[in-house]
Amino acid sequence: MSELAAHGAHAHPPGFAHQFEDMAQQKEAGTLGMWAFLVTEILFFGGMFTAYIIYRSLHLPGFITGSHLLVVKFGAINTAVLICSSLTMALAIRSAQTGKGRGTIIFWLILTMILGATFLGLKFAFEWSKDYAEHIVPGAYFGFQYHPSWGANAPYVQMFMCFYFFMTGLHALHMVVGLGILAVLVGMTAANKFSSQYYTPLEISGLYWHFVDIVWIFLFPLLYLIGGRY
Amino acid sequence: MSDHGEHGPGHIVPVGVYVLVFLALMAGTALTTWIAYINLGPWNTPVALTIAVCKMLLVVLFFMHVKYATGLTRVVIICGFFWLGIMITLSLSDELTRHWELNPAPWNVILPFIHHLF
Amino acid sequence: MNDAPAASSVNYLNANYGIRSWLLTTDHKRIGLLYLAVITFMFLIGGSAAVLMRLHLVEPQGALVEPDTYNKLFSTHGIVMVFFFLVPSIPATLGNFLIPIMIGARDVAFPRLNLMSWYIFVAGCTLGMIAILSGGVDTGWTFYPPYSSLYAHTPVVTMAMGIFVAGFSSILTGLNFVVTIHKMRAPGMTWFRLPLFIWALYATSLIFILGTPVIAVTVLLLGLERLFHVGIFDPAVGGDPLLFQHLFWFYSHPAVYIMILPSMGVISELITAFSRKKVFGYSMIAFSSLAIAIISFIVWGHHMFVTGQSVYAGLVFSVLSFMVAIPSAIKVFNWTATLYKGSISYQAPMLYALGFIGLFTMGGLTGLFLASLATDVHLNGTYFVVAHFHYIMVGGALMGYLGGIHFWWPKITGRMYPDLWARLAAAIVFVGFNLTFFPQFVLGYLGMPRRYAVYPAEFQVLNVMSSAGASVLAVGYVIPLVYLIWSMRYGPEAGRNPWGAKGLEWTTPSPPPTENFETPPIVTEDAYEYPVAAESTYPNAPGVARV
Repeated sequence: MSELAAHGAHAHPPGFAHQFEDMAQQKEAGTLGMWAFLVTEILFFGGMFTAYIIYRSLHLPGFITGSHLLVVKFGAINTAVLICSSLTMALAIRSAQTGKGRGTIIFWLILTMILGATFLGLKFAFEWSKDYAEHIVPGAYFGFQYHPSWGANAPYVQMFMCFYFFMTGLHALHMVVGLGILAVLVGMTAANKFSSQYYTPLEISGLYWHFVDIVWIFLFPLLYLIGGRY
Repeated sequence: MSDHGEHGPGHIVPVGVYVLVFLALMAGTALTTWIAYINLGPWNTPVALTIAVCKMLLVVLFFMHVKYATGLTRVVIICGFFWLGIMITLSLSDELTRHWELNPAPWNVILPFIHHLF
Repeated sequence: MNDAPAASSVNYLNANYGIRSWLLTTDHKRIGLLYLAVITFMFLIGGSAAVLMRLHLVEPQGALVEPDTYNKLFSTHGIVMVFFFLVPSIPATLGNFLIPIMIGARDVAFPRLNLMSWYIFVAGCTLGMIAILSGGVDTGWTFYPPYSSLYAHTPVVTMAMGIFVAGFSSILTGLNFVVTIHKMRAPGMTWFRLPLFIWALYATSLIFILGTPVIAVTVLLLGLERLFHVGIFDPAVGGDPLLFQHLFWFYSHPAVYIMILPSMGVISELITAFSRKKVFGYSMIAFSSLAIAIISFIVWGHHMFVTGQSVYAGLVFSVLSFMVAIPSAIKVFNWTATLYKGSISYQAPMLYALGFIGLFTMGGLTGLFLASLATDVHLNGTYFVVAHFHYIMVGGALMGYLGGIHFWWPKITGRMYPDLWARLAAAIVFVGFNLTFFPQFVLGYLGMPRRYAVYPAEFQVLNVMSSAGASVLAVGYVIPLVYLIWSMRYGPEAGRNPWGAKGLEWTTPSPPPTENFETPPIVTEDAYEYPVAAESTYPNAPGVARV
């Protein structure tokens, strides 16, 4: 794919950016940049995790009650869906690394997108819309009156639901952005931009996608499994 | 001079490894879900978090290729989690000690004796 | 622009013409100038708020505005000056311009991301201006709930969004800088040959990356609470207002080091250049930059000693806050040692640098009064705090910024400004600054609270003194605007190295070509290798030049 120029200047493979000396430096810079960005995401989600940890330590009974309002089945299925999507993403990058044709890469990317969209669809259809129907969306219409058994813990049940919606909402927003990135990658792959020499955008987008998966790996036990289900 | 044009594909992980990691992650998910239905008392949470950390490590090391990455990458990742730890720890150090006045701290017990001496 | 006969080459300013070539540029030097334009505008906005405040405070019952308006003035002043001026100031202007040149690279690692971060910054400033023009917020720049979440009837969400967006811009800048410095140094440019300005900006970029996301999620939570009436920080529904403060200050304390570290980097450059002497203790200054960045993250609770934080946490934060003074002190000692037996000249940049050392030291020392729990109980919420942070942010950061602008102006524009006017302005700034803010230490000690639109009559003399000083300070800021802009057209050509300073940026033409260097540099010597005078064989001979 990279033409060796006849006139003696060193070859510039496709995708080479001229502020760099060579492709190796470009790849290292891109990877370091994406990892630095993921660190900012750790701190970004981390702010919400910190708040969650503090309130959970101080008001555990309310949080347990809130957690039991969620359906474990859907959380577990969604976790499995995201893990599958991480596998397909890794396989997409591997296809590029091993020089497979763009068809293969696009196949895995689209499969990843389908799984991501499935996650969002399941979330919206089976969890959030039902939560809305059951009056457990925090705010002015939170259904305190339907749950007299909550007693003094009631404000903290709403607090838990706040965190549930904020954290899964922020996560879902990142998934949507991820789907957008994947769509762009599909376009770039179709335009033959990638090869076994140059697939950095695929690799660093994969890092982002796996990171979003990891956030969910923590959200699942922290939101759905508090206090056990026995 | 060094070859500037060619650049290899980087470390390629075998498909088998990816599939194994995938299966381990699925097993971990099943495990953590199953254990939630068993009464381990205060241990439910630490167990669930341990499983989550293991799953995270699998994703980070294999899917995100950190096992084959430079030391700089690892330092960056560790820093991210360490700083999150600072935020959580020092915030908790306030939130959890707000009501410590109610139970006298050790030196509050000793102080009357010191006053008595002088 | 370049109409003198010696300006033969194409440089980054004249390589392309037209507004599209500026608005779509990926050249880090042009992006630095784009930032310079926007932050100068925001400085004028924040400065106008300050002018109105000081005019208002000449009378004990207030001379100018209603108390509600006064609240909006100090809030606007703080928000604009912190988020839209000081945080981006040196990194986005001088940092963007100089980092690639100082390390011998062609550009930053991600030039398009660099341009995008400017547009994001402009979007953030626009949201901020919209909030100001819709009346302005009155919560203070600290936005403490429950006032900001439940009771304020001002455009809090808009301003919070502006801060969120501007913060994102700084994250991208910090990211760009870290990758650039790690990966794009020229051959021979090892870490310990880097200029100290680079070390300072590297440390600053670490804070950008680690701290800014937390303020982002904090204002996001505040906005959500305000919009959807949910109770994360609302005590009535089980929330903790102090949680907001923890999250807020986790960023905002390191943020003050974002504001001072780059300035310290500038001072390191200025002191060594105008003493014509290698900096004393290079590695200690480099490590102290990193130490400041790291320790800055574990001291935030000293802003919360009197707001309800537990005493035990307060003790921990107090001890840690004393620690953070140490690396700053190391720098001051090393700069002073650099001056010792140097060949000192007093051009404008050096005047700013010397002013910095004195004023920053005073600001830093008064910080210790505030770090100590017992004295902070009395001084918190008074003008002592106001004077302390203005000594650091204005006497320190802003003077470093002005010194840097003056030092690198000939490199950026290819023109020299009139040094006499520059020295005069520096002197006016120094005098005006002290007249403005020293009385505020006394006011705070005497007990005058901050953020109050009215005050007891016995404080009037000091307030009037402070306001008079502010008018002198304002003159000192306007003068450079005039001669710097004048010099862009009429200033004499500067040539490559008007100061005779060491550093890769002085080896390239002024203004530099778009690719920064005519031939890519290879570095063979340490930083600041100024020629050392010959050793005398008669050590104490009078009049003999010594090292």
